[in-house]
Amino acid sequence: MPEATMTAKSPKTKARKNSEFLRVLRQLSKNKAAMIGLVIFVLEIIIAIIAPLIVPYDYTMLDMTNCFATPSLAHPFGCDDMGRDIFSRVLIGARYSISSGVLAVGIAMIFGMAIGAIAGFFGGWVDNIIMRILDVIQAIPGMLMMIVISAILGPGFVNTIIAMAFGSISGMARMLRAQMLKVRENEYIEAAVSINCSKLRIVMSHLLPNCMSPMIVQGTMGVAQAITLCAGLSFIGLGVQPPTPEWGAMLAGARQFIRQAPHLVFFPGLAIAITVLALNLMGDGLRDALDPKLKN
Amino acid sequence: MGDKRMVKYVIKRILWMIPIVLAVTILVFTLMIFCPGNPAEIILGATATEADIAAKTEELGLNDPYLVRLGDYMVSVFVKHDLGDSWISGVDIMGSIAERLPRTMILTLITLFIAFGLGIPLGIIAATNQNRWPDNLSMLIALIGVAIPNFWLALMLILVFSVNLGWLPAMGIDNGIFSYILPALSGCMGALAGCARQTRSSMLEVIRADYITTARSKGVPERDVIVKHALKNALIPIITLFGSTFGHLLGGMMIIETVFSLPGMGTYIIGAVNNRDYPIVQGGTIFLAITFSLCMLAVDLLYAAVDPRIKAQYASNKKVKKTKKEVPANA
Repeated sequence: MPEATMTAKSPKTKARKNSEFLRVLRQLSKNKAAMIGLVIFVLEIIIAIIAPLIVPYDYTMLDMTNCFATPSLAHPFGCDDMGRDIFSRVLIGARYSISSGVLAVGIAMIFGMAIGAIAGFFGGWVDNIIMRILDVIQAIPGMLMMIVISAILGPGFVNTIIAMAFGSISGMARMLRAQMLKVRENEYIEAAVSINCSKLRIVMSHLLPNCMSPMIVQGTMGVAQAITLCAGLSFIGLGVQPPTPEWGAMLAGARQFIRQAPHLVFFPGLAIAITVLALNLMGDGLRDALDPKLKN
Repeated sequence: MGDKRMVKYVIKRILWMIPIVLAVTILVFTLMIFCPGNPAEIILGATATEADIAAKTEELGLNDPYLVRLGDYMVSVFVKHDLGDSWISGVDIMGSIAERLPRTMILTLITLFIAFGLGIPLGIIAATNQNRWPDNLSMLIALIGVAIPNFWLALMLILVFSVNLGWLPAMGIDNGIFSYILPALSGCMGALAGCARQTRSSMLEVIRADYITTARSKGVPERDVIVKHALKNALIPIITLFGSTFGHLLGGMMIIETVFSLPGMGTYIIGAVNNRDYPIVQGGTIFLAITFSLCMLAVDLLYAAVDPRIKAQYASNKKVKKTKKEVPANA
């Protein structure tokens, strides 16, 4: 008997979720700017994945005859101080930069949402304690917090991601909590409580899904921010270290040659700017598409 | 009646600063304990003998239990107002901060004024021409402003204005106000974009209000309608944005400072991290966190002061207090 109800129920919920997903997608596809952002970002992810197959040169290959070579047909973005092909390095760098952003935001989201959900759902003294702790953490400016954490953990790809994730957990937690407080007042939550749903079930299948819209938007924008931050940390020598071709680390290495060879600095920065722009366009579009006020 | 509650809120908000500042100090102190390396070794350098290191460790009190060290540090910070000395140069940290903080403040203020001086008009232009090309152009500028990493923009500006044109200095603060122009320009883009977007959306909210129609219908010139009637009412969220942006720029300008070798708080802390001069990192972080908290305090109070709706809420019922608390949380 329970099996029967299960099978009867699951396709129904699936269909509802699908239609909601499709609605958002349809809304998003009407937004030209968001679609441009989406296409650019998806392309970048594909490039990041297949980068080792399509790069024209090995990104570690030194070629002393081509030091500081300006952009040409053979080297579209030119060569750096050790004759390494910048185009190949930027393509490989996409792997580090994009994955650092996505991972940092992913980790921050998981922890932030767990903390925010606990605070928002239980309320009372639990909420009070969590919020006061977040107050203290947020009294330190985000950038400074990340610098301190990376000073403690030391440089490196993984440590940078941890530092960035730690820096953005409190923001995420606060946001989810605020959203939860709003959603908690709805009648369907009262209904769920009255039919004796377990707390875990209420949180997982009623509260959280209805809190997701702003989190998705925040996550998209957050990835953009994290990519810039990661590059910034690497740029000041705390994040990913050269010769790893992360975009910020490339900028850090190229900075001293800005007078002789400005193209060393130009292309990695352009790559960051384009990625961040694409993600922001996507985020704006998602915000509009997920806005229930615009539903029709 | 309402005023009394208002005063109570303000006092409560100010008193709340005390535990925050103490807790931040404890947090930073505790975090810094996990920094790699033995302080005595860092101070004495690679040539020190083991006996020297042991003596220095004892002298620094590193063998004391955690709580004793924390207590000592708290007493020296809050009672003696002493953040200790630099490990590398031996210079008093409080003195260095007193010298550097004003520079960071000046830079932050110039950046803010450029950002808001350009951002507000941009937002107004966008709102009054909604969905036409000036709107699209302004919002495109805002989007690009957010997308360009500020340290990269700094390098590009150095390339154009210092290396190629030679108009502005690329580093240091020897040229007075001119030294701050490039750092401020490169740091302002994000704030400018935020301000333009905020101005646009709050202008759009206001511009359809009845009193704007009334103003137009009684023959007020369009210019005055926008500036005196619409902008004045749209200004509240912009004022609070001003405050919170100031706080965020304090931390955000750190990288820009290092690009221009501007001897402010950012170069101080980042340089100390690279030299493993941890007392500076610790003291600087605590100092900046307190400054940042004071900014946020000012924002909250300003918000309560400029928005008549919040005042009215305070006068009408007590429950609002809870929602009021959320306002700074979300801002």
